[in-house]
Amino acid sequence: MTQPVLSVRNLKVEFVTRRGILRAIDDVSFDIAAGEVLGVVGESGAGKSLTGTAIIGLIDPPGRIAGGEVLLQGSRIDNLDKESLRKIRGKRIGMIFQDPLTSLNPLFRISEQLIETIRTHTQMNEAQARQRAIDLLTEVGIPAPEKRIDSYPHEFSGGMRQRVVIALALAAEPELIIADEPTTALDVSVQAQIITLLKKLCRERGTAVMLVTHDMGVIAETADRVAVMYAGRIAEIGPVRDVVQKARHPYAKGLMGAIPTLEATAERLVQIPGSMPRLTAIPQGCAFNPRCGEVFARCHIERPEAIKVGQSDVACWLYDKAETASGKGVAA
Amino acid sequence: MLGYLIRSVLQALMVMLAVAFIAFSMFRYVGDPVASIVGQDATLKDRQELADSLGLNDPMLLQFGRFIGNAAQGDFGISYRQGRPVAALLRERLPATIELAVISGAIALIFGLGLGIYTALRREGIAANIVMSLSLIGVSLPTFLIGIGLIYIFGVTLRWLPTFGRGETVAFGWWTTGLLTESGRKSLVLPVITLAFFQLTLIMRLVRSEMLEVMRADYIRFARARGLTDGSINFRHALKNTMIPVVTITGLQLGSIVAFALVTETVFNWPGLGALFVKSVEVVDIPVMGAYLMFVGMIFVIVNLIVDMLYFLIDPRLRTGAKSQGR
Amino acid sequence: MTDIPRPTFSQRLNDSDLWLSFKATPVAMVAACVTVFIFLLALFAPLISPQNAFDPAALNLMDGFTHPMERGIGSNMLFALGSDAQGRDMLSALFYGTRVSLLVGFCSVAFSMTLGISLGLIAGYVGGRTELIIMRIADIQLSFPAILIALLVFGVARGLIPPNQHETTALFVIIFAIGLSHWAQYARTVRASAMVERNKDYVHAARLIGIRGLPIMAKHILPNVMGPVLVISTINLALAVIEEATLSFFGVGMPVTQPSLGTLIRFGQQFLVSGEWWILFFPALTIVILGLAINLLGDWLRDAMNPKLR
Repeated sequence: MTQPVLSVRNLKVEFVTRRGILRAIDDVSFDIAAGEVLGVVGESGAGKSLTGTAIIGLIDPPGRIAGGEVLLQGSRIDNLDKESLRKIRGKRIGMIFQDPLTSLNPLFRISEQLIETIRTHTQMNEAQARQRAIDLLTEVGIPAPEKRIDSYPHEFSGGMRQRVVIALALAAEPELIIADEPTTALDVSVQAQIITLLKKLCRERGTAVMLVTHDMGVIAETADRVAVMYAGRIAEIGPVRDVVQKARHPYAKGLMGAIPTLEATAERLVQIPGSMPRLTAIPQGCAFNPRCGEVFARCHIERPEAIKVGQSDVACWLYDKAETASGKGVAA
Repeated sequence: MLGYLIRSVLQALMVMLAVAFIAFSMFRYVGDPVASIVGQDATLKDRQELADSLGLNDPMLLQFGRFIGNAAQGDFGISYRQGRPVAALLRERLPATIELAVISGAIALIFGLGLGIYTALRREGIAANIVMSLSLIGVSLPTFLIGIGLIYIFGVTLRWLPTFGRGETVAFGWWTTGLLTESGRKSLVLPVITLAFFQLTLIMRLVRSEMLEVMRADYIRFARARGLTDGSINFRHALKNTMIPVVTITGLQLGSIVAFALVTETVFNWPGLGALFVKSVEVVDIPVMGAYLMFVGMIFVIVNLIVDMLYFLIDPRLRTGAKSQGR
Repeated sequence: MTDIPRPTFSQRLNDSDLWLSFKATPVAMVAACVTVFIFLLALFAPLISPQNAFDPAALNLMDGFTHPMERGIGSNMLFALGSDAQGRDMLSALFYGTRVSLLVGFCSVAFSMTLGISLGLIAGYVGGRTELIIMRIADIQLSFPAILIALLVFGVARGLIPPNQHETTALFVIIFAIGLSHWAQYARTVRASAMVERNKDYVHAARLIGIRGLPIMAKHILPNVMGPVLVISTINLALAVIEEATLSFFGVGMPVTQPSLGTLIRFGQQFLVSGEWWILFFPALTIVILGLAINLLGDWLRDAMNPKLR
């Protein structure tokens, strides 16, 4: 079996604050294969963006990686020194942020920013880098790139800017792209274009993609697999069809049920009562137990492990064989 | 682009006009031009005649216009106390203040900028913390105390440097400079340190806080995510972005250094405009006060214009202005 | 669902970010202690001064120029900080001087705050031309050194007040002058807040009903700006004390009959060269310590209130 591009094992991220140590990401594990798109969804504050930031090594103090491993093509990258990490960033892992307006430095031309990135990671000279930059712009769909390359960011529209951002992220041909809410700040009409573009470029290059978003529509369109995060943990992870249409974890079920669809006949949208716990007050056992409609005694005591159900992993005691046998759980 | 320029100039003129109006009001209503010319025994009729001849009973706008016309020609009336034309007084003392202000400003700018950048980039280092602590003292110490302290240490105790006046000066036309004589240069040292100190700490803290703010921006994060080197991020990207707010505030700070010099001048008996102003407040010499105000206002306005121009050069968003959506 | 009892005020205070930050910052605690100590000294000056320093009858010329921690030749009193040319106890003079300095400081800050907040509210609420004018004036004023503005106001006031009343009115004139030189910062902050609030629906609704929006806005804006206003006020206090000292040092501040720390320094400057260093030194030291402590407190307050740094 080919090795996954990205392998996250038992990742833990902590914040040291006046109020104590906060565990923002608690034992998260997943893999992404080459050419695969893994969607990561969850409410705000669930830890999706933070996971991406941790992988690329950009967590600022007082946060830090407190445990676990991050492996790129089999070798650990979470324990590298600053300079080695810098060389990986951009060259082997690319990242796209949410707001294209603030992602680009307003005082520098697009050409300057592109050429600088290209020359940092390759041996090209100025002219070669410029040509490559123009080619990149063509690939991301910017019309008349030779003319527009010398423009400033504010001379582009939002959608165009995000295309430039994608070009910048892909400039050095990384093996993994982390896209952190790449369409949230864009108009709906533009969102689809950007997602399609991203998907196409990554397929062509065989790049692995970690797509963080809270928009299930985007996930359904784009992802091959999806991970549902809650309170810094993964509730359910599996093929996108399974998770979206046949969610197992009660939280995931609630999440999918809360999405309005045209065919739905129900009068009201499913609502999950309560809200995600603050990092200072995560319940013992399963983090979801205060809000879960199918909670039982074990949920309050032990934190559920990831249990294989079909092709997915579900962190819920309902699917534990023992519980199934005793009648409390649910048969797969 | 032209629009921006014109707007800046217009604003400058408006400010100048406002300042002139305040000065004019002072002249006209606080001081008593008539009383300063005639003696105690003048009759009411004499006073009124004099008032008429001085144009004091004309409509205010007319008087204001006359005032501005005079000021533009450099005529600020006669000093109550000294009996000489204010303009002559100003001219005599201008070089002293300008030399002091310009040299102090340059030092404050260079070191303020350098230290600000250093303490922003090396936040955790010991040197940075020491510098920050010293800067805090700098902001808390009144300038005149710094001056006194320096006088005591270097002038009285160690006797290394002069503490009084400008030393010997060389004259060029109506300008006098202290830079060409040794005693002149020596006399500059302590006042320059005193004046520059406060400005320096201010600029340094400003640059530091702005740079720290910029380092948190999304585009810096993205630059780091692209694997750009620290050198490039710090000195190419972050620095340029820091410059915009820094240029504004630093420019205004330095513009006010001329006015700020009044404390230093008083402590060191430096024969500049500031010392003149303080004296004039003591004896309520209105023409001098008003003229000083106009002068400071003018400096402020000019510096403001320069800052606006610099802004224009640095921030491309202003250059393309209205025609923003592509070519 | 059980009822969660509402936390008491002291519980909220103890749990609040501000208090936690305070406890965690030793510098802030020291600065606060020092500041409070000096305030108390100033407040109880008449009670704790060994001598009523400004009553000529209490002085004994023979005590003149006593060194610190020595007894005066004339009255055999212990002069902890020495005495000046006329036998005045410098410790007492220091207490009284600090009192005057702080009085001027607080009053002028109160004045700036009131003026600045009012103008800021008006500017933010009314908008249009009024806002433009007020803000322009504030901007211009912020670029002139406060000392210049204070001097100007002082000079003009002096021109308008007959000479024989200069001394008696000095206190008010100084408070007015310094207060006037610092309002702009408040106005700016409050106006920014006001601009945000005035577009909110409740203001529109109130206007529709016919309630004047201003009191409602004030009720909602003021709590929001209290944080920044507090920070500005703290730093302003230090600035005001220093400014007053500078003015008095120039001779255009508090007169010798009601001296502040600045006046004392001015007074003591002539003795620096002749060797009686203590006459100048202790008032100067007090200003430095006071300024430093208040500034440190202000710095900490600003960092503690900055939501981005939490």
